[in-house]
Amino acid sequence: MPTVKEILSTMDYGPAPEASDEVRAWLRDRARFGHFINGAFTAPGQTFETRNPATEEVLGHASQGTAEDVAAAVAAARKAQPDWAALPGHERARWLYAIARHIQKRERFLAVLEVLDNGKPIREARDIDLPLVIRHFYHHAGWAEILADEFPGQVAHGVCGQIIPWNFPLLMLAWKIAPALAAGNTVVLKPAEYTPLSALAFAEICAEIGLPKGVVNIVTGDGETGRHLVAAGVDKIAFTGSTEVGRLIRRATAGSGKALTLELGGKSPFVVFADADLDAAVEGVVDAIWFNQGEVCCAGSRILVAEAVAQDFTARLTARMARLRVGDPLDKSTDIGAVVHPVQLARIRDLVARGQAAGARLVQAECQLPARGAFHAPGFLADAQPANPAMVEEIFGPVATLTPFRTPDEAIELANNTRYGLSASIWSENITLATDIAAKVRAGVVWINCTNVFDAGAGFGGMRESGFGREGGREGMAAYLHTPSPRPKAEAAPGRLDAAPVPGQPPAGKGAPPIDRTAKLYIGGAQKRPDGGYSYAITHKGREIGLAPLGNRKDIRNAVEAAQKAGGWGKATGHNRAQVLYYIAENLSARAAEFEARLKSAGHDPAEVEATLRRAFWYAAQADKFDGAVHATRSNNVTLAMNEPWGVIGIGCPDAAPLLGFASLVLPAIAMGNRVVAVPAQSMPLAATDLYQVFDTSDLPGGVVNIVTGDRDDLCKVLAQHDDVDAMWYYGTDATTMETESAGNLKAVWTLSNRDWRGPQGQGRDFLARACQVKNIWIPYGE
Amino acid sequence: MQNAPAPRPDPSAHAPRNAGVPLAIDWFDRIAVNTPAAERRAATLTTRRSLKKEWQAAWLVNAIRCMDLTTLAGDDTENRVARLCAKARAPLADHILEELGLEALHTGAVCVYPTMVAAAVRALEGSGIPVASVATGFPAGLMPLDLRLAEIRYAVDQGADEIDIVITRAHVLAADWSALYDEIAAMRAACGAAHMKAILATGDLKTLRNVYKASMVAMQAGADFIKTSTGKEGVNATLPVSLVMLRALRDFGARTGFRVGFKPAGGMKTAKDALAWQILMKEELGTDWLRPDLFRLGASSMLGDIERQLEHHVTGRYASSSRHALA
Repeated sequence: MPTVKEILSTMDYGPAPEASDEVRAWLRDRARFGHFINGAFTAPGQTFETRNPATEEVLGHASQGTAEDVAAAVAAARKAQPDWAALPGHERARWLYAIARHIQKRERFLAVLEVLDNGKPIREARDIDLPLVIRHFYHHAGWAEILADEFPGQVAHGVCGQIIPWNFPLLMLAWKIAPALAAGNTVVLKPAEYTPLSALAFAEICAEIGLPKGVVNIVTGDGETGRHLVAAGVDKIAFTGSTEVGRLIRRATAGSGKALTLELGGKSPFVVFADADLDAAVEGVVDAIWFNQGEVCCAGSRILVAEAVAQDFTARLTARMARLRVGDPLDKSTDIGAVVHPVQLARIRDLVARGQAAGARLVQAECQLPARGAFHAPGFLADAQPANPAMVEEIFGPVATLTPFRTPDEAIELANNTRYGLSASIWSENITLATDIAAKVRAGVVWINCTNVFDAGAGFGGMRESGFGREGGREGMAAYLHTPSPRPKAEAAPGRLDAAPVPGQPPAGKGAPPIDRTAKLYIGGAQKRPDGGYSYAITHKGREIGLAPLGNRKDIRNAVEAAQKAGGWGKATGHNRAQVLYYIAENLSARAAEFEARLKSAGHDPAEVEATLRRAFWYAAQADKFDGAVHATRSNNVTLAMNEPWGVIGIGCPDAAPLLGFASLVLPAIAMGNRVVAVPAQSMPLAATDLYQVFDTSDLPGGVVNIVTGDRDDLCKVLAQHDDVDAMWYYGTDATTMETESAGNLKAVWTLSNRDWRGPQGQGRDFLARACQVKNIWIPYGE
Repeated sequence: MQNAPAPRPDPSAHAPRNAGVPLAIDWFDRIAVNTPAAERRAATLTTRRSLKKEWQAAWLVNAIRCMDLTTLAGDDTENRVARLCAKARAPLADHILEELGLEALHTGAVCVYPTMVAAAVRALEGSGIPVASVATGFPAGLMPLDLRLAEIRYAVDQGADEIDIVITRAHVLAADWSALYDEIAAMRAACGAAHMKAILATGDLKTLRNVYKASMVAMQAGADFIKTSTGKEGVNATLPVSLVMLRALRDFGARTGFRVGFKPAGGMKTAKDALAWQILMKEELGTDWLRPDLFRLGASSMLGDIERQLEHHVTGRYASSSRHALA
């Protein structure tokens, strides 16, 4: 140890290790862990090692969960669920409160354990992870207390299978378990195989407080165990992890009726404008990509900086980077600890090398890395171009890319030039500019002049291939609840389409034939002939009512293109959209008799017309009222939860109510600012095609509603596969195909169950909520 | 124990004294300072670094080396000043110093009112400890400029090595940068060879942008140090304010090559504060700004807490201030 005198000449920091004796004693005592099922630990099965990535030492052995283990855990959760859900909210609140309290009492123990297993610096585990974990359980104790008041008529899904990643093991556990339990679900949670220990310690806390058996079950294991859990008889799967695995889970659960939320990868933009506080933005980069070794799904990993300040900013960033301390995660002065696993380190190195090979220049801190352990120096790849793999793929390490932009327009273009949409960070002292960019960026979380700020009271989750569903806040609670719907037997599948002429059944009537009416597709505000040039007969009781165009995949392509071009609709005010909806009702009303006759001719209830008018009024009324919230999160901060339209929604409509079913889906979608490509009732699309004349006279901008008639499932499959369709509402019998095909761009799919379209099940806030995704915008204030 | 006379700290040891530059408003008038971000950085700075054992002891000793041990009270007398100077010569009890393995230690300076300069100079004779004097109508500075300049000359004449001037806050609040520049430049000229610390009274300036701008004008006008506070404002030295001043100082250095010193003053009372400000200096500017030629802590009661902490370090027992010599 150097003397005081020597230190006075160097003014070094010296070592400041956090003690880990208590945790090591606990690990020695346990050594081999079983699963936590039905309130008790099982005997260890076949085990795998979990290591400290900073030292490579083996910390303990956890059991590889088998299909039987998962089944036992699910059975325990299933058995416990009815009683748990039946508890008064106040009692569930007491349990969650007890969990929060006990974690608080074990705060440092859990922080140190997390550091050992994950490699993150103690400062972050202590000051960020654990306080957020505790806050999450307290917050959700509150939701349990007031659940019945705040979510009337909503019930828990049942048993939730939850799969969490290794980057924030305990925090992700909290994000999964707290809302699930508050809502009345029971859970089977699988921690990541690199970091099972804090979940097992959490299980001990559950046992310590005497949480009812089976409410929380922890099964450890690798991806194979995860696969078993996804396949098990659970009611919902909640997954946080890579987009790649998210896609597999989407496909695996397709058609199963399991609810699904996915919180996946990101390549989030970090946009620095010329008028930003550059030092603040530099510090933001530290909190973004050099936080948690860059193993952060929402890390601002694509730095976009205004050309006017790019050189200055880069110089400041380089200087700041040089002061980061990489090393022993248990040292209180460490900024960057160890990457979770050598495999992950190799992946980071590989992607950085590919980024360099593609022309980017690696700027890296000259720091002495420990001789042993999985460490990676912080850095950034300057001069990265949009096609550079380092700018496209998630590196998940402490290396960002840095790219200059010229104008705000270009900044937003670059920001959105990604398949992901998790978060964005915007740096500008100009509130007008910053909020404009916040509105335009495709991301579930937007931080203005800050980054990686979290709170249990605000929703977190992504757009696009960053997944769907939110965690935290009211929107997060909603993901663990649903409105129970009576499930009468599914509507019969529509009959086979016949594109050949149907001779021998002329329309009734004498004298000159009426002027032939031709239904067309409605694309981009214009009537279009089907690309294939085929039509199919619409019949009722064997009699032809008319011909409908037989749309094909190219018609869908054209319709989606038209819908994408009509983006202005989403920017119109709610009032303007309401005006259009009222106008639609007005014009439909004027032609009510004609629509009623059309419905009657096909054997449908003419009352659908009146019901459609009412529905148009109801959604017009909601268009400027179904708005977001301001969440109570941090002090000196407004957190705006904005309801944003998805963009383009593909809709497959029910056969049962050809006009009202179409209207019940299309109206809420467009009321919230979406554009739609709707496939109307296959057996009676004419009720919908008649509407385009109403649309044309009602100031509905072209491209907002597009109608493609034909084989519903074939056309919906094309929509489900289309990467430029942002969400899918599907009514029909082949949810499996739609959900499977949606995995391509991970669009959210709402598969609607059979219902009475005339009644309350055909209309409501649920439809509006489904028509939006919540964007949380964080704006700190203070002078 | 009588310390051997030490050479006076020489601000020009690393680089030439700041000669100032012509007023350049475009260096600062569009400056963006985001207050919540500055507060966040300040709040996490000290949680990112930790000092233990010998390192903590050394950093506390360094705080003493950089301390302007201060008395600025209406009831100051020559005897009071003499007692302060005795503490400045021997800031730690002999046994602590010995256990730390140090031979000599004194504070960076003592800081007094102009009429106390002569007493301080007498009391510090042979110690090598510079005498700093506040001047220019401290603390409000609302006196005619010629009187303020005369006060500087008086203090220098009395033997002050360093002059802590106060600026006219009104010039900042009115954004009258040329008036502010001219005033400080005149003060700098009046200081002559004495080094000038410009007190910005940041608690009166309120916004961090004002703090940055006033810092920049003071440096352009030739300040050797920029200093946060008189200790008499409602809010004195804070970490966010210090952070912004350091960034101004860094930016000025980048443009001119001059190295300007920093002195937080007022409100810092504990050993923990001493570590916090040093961590700030090292993280934002580097180790050079942990030397008395570029860093001073303006404090009166902090030394007592540091001495108690160091006593604990060497004995393992918690200390009582009654066993340590009063400042």
